[in-house]
Amino acid sequence: MEIDPFIFRLSIFILSIFVGYYVVWSVTPSLHTPLMSVTNAISSVIIVGAIVAALAGDNSKIFDIANIFGFLAIILAAVNIFGGFLVTHRMLAMYKKKKKDK
Amino acid sequence: MSANILAVFYLVSGVLFILALRGLSSPETSRQGNFFGIIGMAIAIGVTVISIGNFSTGFIFLLIFLVIGGSIGAFIAFKIPMTAMPELVAGFHSLVGLAAVFVAISAFLNPEVFNLGFPGKIKIASLIEMSLGAAIGAITFTGSIIAFLKLRGLMSGSPITFIGQHFLNLALGILLVGLIIYLCNAQKEYLFWALIAISFLVGVLLIIPIGGADMPVVISMLNSYSGWAAAGIGFTLENTALIITGALVGSSGAILSYIMCKGMNRSFFNVILGGWGASEESSKSSSKEQKPVKSGNADDAAFLMKNASSVIIVPGYGMAVAQAQHALREMVDSLKKNGVKVSYAIHPVAGRMPGHMNVLLAEANVPYDEVFELEDINNDFANCDVAYVIGANDVTNPVAKTDPQSPIYGMPILDVEKSKSVLFVKRSLSPGYAGIDNDLFYRENTLMLFADAKKMTEDITKNL
Repeated sequence: MEIDPFIFRLSIFILSIFVGYYVVWSVTPSLHTPLMSVTNAISSVIIVGAIVAALAGDNSKIFDIANIFGFLAIILAAVNIFGGFLVTHRMLAMYKKKKKDK
Repeated sequence: MSANILAVFYLVSGVLFILALRGLSSPETSRQGNFFGIIGMAIAIGVTVISIGNFSTGFIFLLIFLVIGGSIGAFIAFKIPMTAMPELVAGFHSLVGLAAVFVAISAFLNPEVFNLGFPGKIKIASLIEMSLGAAIGAITFTGSIIAFLKLRGLMSGSPITFIGQHFLNLALGILLVGLIIYLCNAQKEYLFWALIAISFLVGVLLIIPIGGADMPVVISMLNSYSGWAAAGIGFTLENTALIITGALVGSSGAILSYIMCKGMNRSFFNVILGGWGASEESSKSSSKEQKPVKSGNADDAAFLMKNASSVIIVPGYGMAVAQAQHALREMVDSLKKNGVKVSYAIHPVAGRMPGHMNVLLAEANVPYDEVFELEDINNDFANCDVAYVIGANDVTNPVAKTDPQSPIYGMPILDVEKSKSVLFVKRSLSPGYAGIDNDLFYRENTLMLFADAKKMTEDITKNL
């Protein structure tokens, strides 16, 4: 009997939840705000679905209603990706250690 | 590109995202972590475009839209002041939610593209997955908008409640489940639109009863939702990168919500089901008689702190409102010149989102190794000469330890009252968010400094 590919995806999903659980508990509380902005940025990987939705099909159908929703999703996700990673970078650049020479 | 190679690349970007979160375990590794995240994203986008192999008109549009969205995002990221971080994150969550809804709509209208069957004959499993993705995405979208409006001050932060609210939410929740089941049988387009519309409504109804100071929980919860929405879409599109990311983000948000709830000693449901403050008026009105309060000016405060050997600063949301973080750091610099040892104590729910205070202090160039979490510093208050409370209130209220009748009883608090003297910067004697009087105001060792947080801090610096 063959295993349904869904089961494989479900396994990945469940294991990733556990990975997330342990990784996030190890995040230092002072970085919880950057954690939120970076998780926000990476969840915008939903853009891959948007790209498929926008570009799939032949070129004559590029502005079909389904494709338009894809393009809209691309814009939204792009705002998030650039905004999320850059604002995280900006925040992280501010965290400095005490200067030792004093 | 074969589907297998594509899947391997998605797996690689999933792993890079895990490393991005892992990097946040310390500020030193965090920047590298963020870089891993960016590479992971670039890989995911790159291989998706290559695998489609359509480099004609559509590709040009893709680039244009990427640039438009990217410029808007970059502009916001550079312009946003650090005090506005909570509403920025809420706003970004809403975008992820809406993007998930759009992708789900696209998949529903044009399922062939994603190998999900044909319009009207979509695979049942895929239909369930995309319905869940769309519903959670829609809830995230409107919920985050409400959170954004409340955080931005465009909408009152006080809880909006009405009779039968919980029943309405419950009924709508059941209706959503029913719609998904019906949709699987009938596969009608209008059912899908109805599903999304009701989810939008649920998002609004879920967040309006939650008050301003509970925003740390709400914002973490919406973070979690945006992850689950992404995972739902990931299952629909059979995309490992999305499934891994969705699971990571989902559990991350859930953990943050848990930490925030624990910081207030409240259960998750207690927060979700609605406001403090609104229902707990009784304890406030009972003890209205005038109690003696010692108040002082900047001169007194400066004198006290100059002659102290150690000072602990307790910042709260009020510091963010007054934008006092830079003034505060200047005051601390002067204190250090006078040989005073200064550290900062951060309560888990200080501010409007997890880690809010830490970012503001980092912005003002406060070294992160002078900033401590509640459990690491709470014992030090007993040995400290002056506690300087700026913009915090409920998180310092000793009532949480002494009065079982109090709504905040059992909440972990910073033991500010144990220090030799307490300087409490506040505009007036009004109670904090929880609507309860702070016992600390009337203590023998407390000196109230009635002023704007920034103004007072600057005045103290002048007098040092």
